[in-house]
Amino acid sequence: MTDTNPGAITSEVVSHLASLARIALTADEIEKLTGELGAIVDSVAKVSEVATDDVPATSHPIPLSNVFRADVPGVTLTTEQALAGAPEHDGSRFAVSAILGEEQ
Amino acid sequence: MADLNDLTRMSASDLATKLSSGDVSSVEATQAHLDRIAAVDDKVHAFLHVSADALANAKRIDERRAAGESLGELAGVPVAVKDVLCTIDMPTTAGSKILEGWVPPYDATPVAKLRAAGLIPLGKTNMDEFAMGSSTEHSAYGPTHNPWDLDRIPGGSGGGSAAAVSAFEAPLALGSDTGGSIRQPASVTGSVGVKPTYGGVSRYGAIALASSLDQVGPVSRTVLDSALLHDVIGGWDPRDSTSLNEQWPSFAAAARAGATAESLKGVRVGVIKQLDSPGFQAGVSQRFHEALQLLTDFGAEIVEVDAPHFEYAVEAYYLILPAEASSNLAKFDSVRFGLRVTPEGGGTVEDVMAATREAGFGDEVKRRIILGTYALSAGYYDAYYGSAQKVRTLIQRDFAAAFEKADVLVSPSAPTTAFKLGEKLEDPMAMYLNDVTTIPANLAGIPGMGLPMGLAPEDGLPTGFQIMAPARGDARLYEVGATLERLLEQQWGHTLPSQVPSLG
Repeated sequence: MTDTNPGAITSEVVSHLASLARIALTADEIEKLTGELGAIVDSVAKVSEVATDDVPATSHPIPLSNVFRADVPGVTLTTEQALAGAPEHDGSRFAVSAILGEEQ
Repeated sequence: MADLNDLTRMSASDLATKLSSGDVSSVEATQAHLDRIAAVDDKVHAFLHVSADALANAKRIDERRAAGESLGELAGVPVAVKDVLCTIDMPTTAGSKILEGWVPPYDATPVAKLRAAGLIPLGKTNMDEFAMGSSTEHSAYGPTHNPWDLDRIPGGSGGGSAAAVSAFEAPLALGSDTGGSIRQPASVTGSVGVKPTYGGVSRYGAIALASSLDQVGPVSRTVLDSALLHDVIGGWDPRDSTSLNEQWPSFAAAARAGATAESLKGVRVGVIKQLDSPGFQAGVSQRFHEALQLLTDFGAEIVEVDAPHFEYAVEAYYLILPAEASSNLAKFDSVRFGLRVTPEGGGTVEDVMAATREAGFGDEVKRRIILGTYALSAGYYDAYYGSAQKVRTLIQRDFAAAFEKADVLVSPSAPTTAFKLGEKLEDPMAMYLNDVTTIPANLAGIPGMGLPMGLAPEDGLPTGFQIMAPARGDARLYEVGATLERLLEQQWGHTLPSQVPSLG
């Protein structure tokens, strides 16, 4: 794969992927990952050699149809249990910083 | 020579017999293992957490037994639990800083089943962060060391569970296997591990890596012990919609039948051409072919089978796994549990999330999340993720054709013996290729077992034999595995785990 390939992994691509994945990567990490991901993607791209149109995709190892449970209330976590591991809460709700930035 | 009365040297099955006859109490057995952990775990680092309640739980089992209560076969036997499984009374980190100190509000179903059967959880075992790795070097809490050679990896991601049983810190452990995380550690530590049929054991409360591949299973030093533990943890769970709603036979009965079998006449053992590679370590191939000869001498028919698409398995796996992982790990968002890091000067919830994930995830986790995000992104989805899912179909077809010719399929469990800590850390693709033998079973959802097949002549380190069966055919693994284990031990004159250095 060369730099002219539209699928090439550049530092801009990695930086964009990191923002999609909500990870504030450092510049050093972006540089290192760009090289590593390029090598990995070059290698795994081999799958397209045999993935022809006549082969159906498999998403799940054992075929299953949809699974429903009875529509009756079950045992659930209490509010206290649900909040017990939260970094911050007000006793009944999870607490977070502003959802929207100032410019919005 | 080890003391035959040393409770830590016994198999779980032998220990269970002594417990039920009253020769030994669960408190004594539990204390012996806690003492062993205290003596060797600073060298091995198999445990991330040791239970403060183990002795109290053991005492309760002793009291119930004394009161004449009828208890499960393994009641009172200690067990180690991989840190990927939620435990209501112990921290559960999955080897990640992002979950440091987190105590879940519920037990994973396999853990709840252990407790209901009277087993005594000893603690939580080390693992690669979120089970991403083949060496435990990606644990945020430092690597586990292989009891056979402390400078070498114990395999991964379940290196902690495998090291715990092979260092006699626990007779049994739970693991999870997404691409070989039970079988490869078993191979390099001379222990036994089983990845059940996908859906055979509930995934409820197992922190998800790749939901279509993950499966919880037993880790032990003998085939029978894995079977006994599998009987405890297996079965349908309405809380896991992918768990199979069917009746399973007793795997312990299958192992016992295999251990006393008079011949393997009529059993067709398929050797997968692509997994009997000249590229594998010489001593691994040698021990594998010696084991095949033992099976032949005992009446088995060896057939060669072709699985032409296995050469695409690792590549397909490293697209499917990161894709599923990037989605599963989105839940670590600094809101409901785990770490929260606020960037300097504050920021929106999104900024906090990105700073938290930057600080809380290790390099391998970031690498796979970014790779998975790439594989799933618009424009590349069909070429990567879509193609990988097609390869999955082709691999399932290869297995289906192979099982027409053979009752079980076999290969080495891993291409090499344990490598040195640090050796492959800087080359992710080399680390990934280490899983070539184990990944196909996960892609197809079929069960696989790894058991020791001897020490490689060139380095004196354990090698592993892998047996695979069709989906739902787990009992075959235990039958054939127990037969092979007996034949090998008759030849050696001892068990393989008994040869591990004392560490004491």
